[in-house]
Amino acid sequence: MRASNLVLLSGVLAGPAMAGTITVTIPAQKVAEYHRPYVAIWLEPAGGGTARTIALWYETKKTGKEAGTKYLADLRAWWRKGGRSMTVPADGISGATRAPGQYSVKLPDNIKPGQYVLNVEAARETGGRELITLPLTVPNPAARGSGKAELGAVTVSAR
Amino acid sequence: MKRFTAHLLAAAALVSVPAMLSAHRMWMLPSGTVFSGPDAWVTIDAAVSNDLFFADHQPLRLDGVKVWQPDGSEGKLQNASTGRYRSVFDIELDKPGTWKVGTAMSNVMGSFTVDGVEKRVGGRGGPPRPGMPALLTIADIPANATNVKIAEVSMRNEVFLTSGEPTTKVFATTGKGLEFAPVTHPDELVAGETAKFRFLIDGKPAAGLKVTVIPGGKRYRNAEGAMDLTTGADGILSVKWPTAGMYWLNATATDARTTTPRATERRMSYITTLEVLTP
Repeated sequence: MRASNLVLLSGVLAGPAMAGTITVTIPAQKVAEYHRPYVAIWLEPAGGGTARTIALWYETKKTGKEAGTKYLADLRAWWRKGGRSMTVPADGISGATRAPGQYSVKLPDNIKPGQYVLNVEAARETGGRELITLPLTVPNPAARGSGKAELGAVTVSAR
Repeated sequence: MKRFTAHLLAAAALVSVPAMLSAHRMWMLPSGTVFSGPDAWVTIDAAVSNDLFFADHQPLRLDGVKVWQPDGSEGKLQNASTGRYRSVFDIELDKPGTWKVGTAMSNVMGSFTVDGVEKRVGGRGGPPRPGMPALLTIADIPANATNVKIAEVSMRNEVFLTSGEPTTKVFATTGKGLEFAPVTHPDELVAGETAKFRFLIDGKPAAGLKVTVIPGGKRYRNAEGAMDLTTGADGILSVKWPTAGMYWLNATATDARTTTPRATERRMSYITTLEVLTP
């Protein structure tokens, strides 16, 4: 874990200033009954304002009327900050839940320079829920944090 | 004395205004208040008990419970059942927006003395049961009655449920009695934040109104943990939520603005259950 953080950190230092990458780790859980977590990643202006959803991973395999959306409200903070006004599936934003591992999500290119708060929220069936918030500056975003249970390391690099 | 108390308590449960007559509290507990997806269902427990939300006394009778859809039209209760200690029913939240479920009742209660015998007026709501004597009304009070004490009693008990984005149409007030006019949406409550709710009496801000807010789960702690609050001059109540969870809110008011003949007092109560989520 520590070594991978260092690698990511060096990435921050070396990268060009324009783009940005968010890396989210979904930890493996030693539990009898495991379900992949619902995860939402969104950006809010530091002074308050409209939240912009960057990624949403939820149960997309289900079909029919309900289609996995029933538990979207369990991503409580995201739901309140904008999830409920979003139509899913959303092109380029939503996708299926992910297995434990490390995932990279591109920070959109058209974010205006300024101060932001990056939010990563995970909620898992028969598991817990966790919200990580990281202050972020655009351009040159760089941030790192880590969850305790439902999320592992979350890093943002300017590359 | 013991028998008299038991009698009073039983009457309280039937009348469904327990908050005024005893410590018994009427409550509706939704399984949640915030829902997503086009096919959300909520299930609601409804009972009258001392501890919140522990059903151990009487079920809340569902006769007067109604559902309002986000557009203000009436919806329906489904799978309703009344058990020994609680009633239960479902609502299919098949339209996005904020729904209201609740009951409003008003009646006249009191007593008078005639020929040395005290008699009760009204006050025993619920369905008539076999062998139950007919209720006395104001019209039954004879001219030679003494010690006439009549009160108008009204109560609202409501919960709010939101599927998708919150809306506000169901908060429309009638301008009659004690009403809840939220400033903060009741389905947007977060621990650590302060919510503001306005209360109205006959459509005007209810200043200095006494409001009690009690967290659920009393069974698992020693103290009741009630917050005794008061509305400001503008009728606004500010509540800062200490922790996430379900809370029972009860506002009560008494005044003399009665409309019923011979009534001298008006007692009003408003009850709601609020869900506070983690930030």
